[in-house]
Amino acid sequence: MSDRLSGNEAVAYAMKQINPDVMGAFPITPSTEIPEYFAAYVANGEVNTEYVAVESEHSSMSVCIAAQAAGARAVCATSSCGLALMYELLYVAASCRLPITLACVNRALSGPININHDYSDSMGARDSGWIQIYAENNQEAYDNFIMAMPIGETPAVRLPVMTCMDGFITSHAVENIELLETETVRTFVGTYDPENYLLKKENPLAVGPYDISAYYMEHKVQEAEAMKAAKARILEVAAEFEKISGRSYGLFEEYQMDDAELALVLMGSTAGTAKAAVDKLREQGVKAGLVKIRVFRPFPCEELAQVLAGPKAVAVMDKSEGFSANGGPLFAETRSALYDLKDRPYVINIVYGLGGRDAKVEDIEKVFKRLADIVATGETGPVYTHMGQRSKEDMV
Amino acid sequence: MIRAKYINEQTPWQDLTPGGEIYEPGTAREFNTGTWRTDTPVFVVEACKHCMLCVPFCPDSAIPVKGGKRLDFDYMHCKGCGICAEVCPFPGAITMVSGGVPS
Repeated sequence: MSDRLSGNEAVAYAMKQINPDVMGAFPITPSTEIPEYFAAYVANGEVNTEYVAVESEHSSMSVCIAAQAAGARAVCATSSCGLALMYELLYVAASCRLPITLACVNRALSGPININHDYSDSMGARDSGWIQIYAENNQEAYDNFIMAMPIGETPAVRLPVMTCMDGFITSHAVENIELLETETVRTFVGTYDPENYLLKKENPLAVGPYDISAYYMEHKVQEAEAMKAAKARILEVAAEFEKISGRSYGLFEEYQMDDAELALVLMGSTAGTAKAAVDKLREQGVKAGLVKIRVFRPFPCEELAQVLAGPKAVAVMDKSEGFSANGGPLFAETRSALYDLKDRPYVINIVYGLGGRDAKVEDIEKVFKRLADIVATGETGPVYTHMGQRSKEDMV
Repeated sequence: MIRAKYINEQTPWQDLTPGGEIYEPGTAREFNTGTWRTDTPVFVVEACKHCMLCVPFCPDSAIPVKGGKRLDFDYMHCKGCGICAEVCPFPGAITMVSGGVPS
């Protein structure tokens, strides 16, 4: 059925259709609307979720961990500093192998304090052991949330899943959206049926015991193997999802990549802007293309390398600063993925859009222009630069 | 499902439980934590009136009770904190000695 919803409303609606057992709820801009809409569903008796309003994000994630360990299906939503306050618990959730689902509405981290979009929050949590799936628009935010549980709850995976969307740009903009029937969603997601859980009285269980150095490493290897296994499961779930929705998803989306000579790698809503730029350049005969990263954890290393073996020059666009003095996190992963290629393209990194700084079609065109110049001259120039800041120097 | 007693420092990662979950209760019984002790309580049964005050005060479960009488310390789990000796109302029933091994 067709509707018009904001990204937040779409995710809250997906939660309603799933009817999870527990929600750990604490508001923070721009994700506040998710627990807000959901509270109305609870109050109206449309779901039978235990809605636990707490005093911080540290507690909302603690609620989810306890609930999931008890055998319940737990969901949560947060942004920015809220995610930062959950930081300790994110690792606990992942290492206890509890497949919690978290809607992360991306927003810049303080400081300086800012409420607009970039990926500094979820990029900070990229090493926490959570699967991370990013949405370009409201439809993808809805779809990704529905796919999250079948991915995370698979026994070979058993990892928490963070579905991410761009704060305000996606979370608050109202778009046309295709919603699935609730029955279809429930059948697709199924029931949460863990083999062992705290409330299973026949089988007492201890979760999260102290791990001395004789055991910690083995458990981290288990987690790393689970993250590797997640890649195949994400694709399997996407294939099943296509059957019920007609919408197709991969680890990333290729746009005009078949014969692309100049390519961008980026994520989230900027992909929409970049597609417009690609279309414009294609009309002018420029072989431009785009790879939109959908799954950042696990990182689609080999698959991405294969696609990027084609173009002559690639710009990786990071919407968060890693302060590595060597480029952003998406750049580090992408350039590492390219290392095993025999013939590598030129690669540059552009950090842009921090704290909600706008990126327009013309900005993307400038990046392609820079790639064209690199191919023409054979000179990469500065590899790691910023775009969109006011400057005394003229720099893309 | 692997029982805790079959897990040890030679177990490969493939055989460990996910996240270190333990699928049974009371597994602390299996582990000798008495080696942490630097002071040791010594029980003198003749001086003991079996008032049972020491039993609930023990922060571990190192004072076994049978038939209404306390038995000698379970040195496999006693950490030597000395709380039992402190709360005991009967002089000589529990004395603390230096060192981890009861003399």
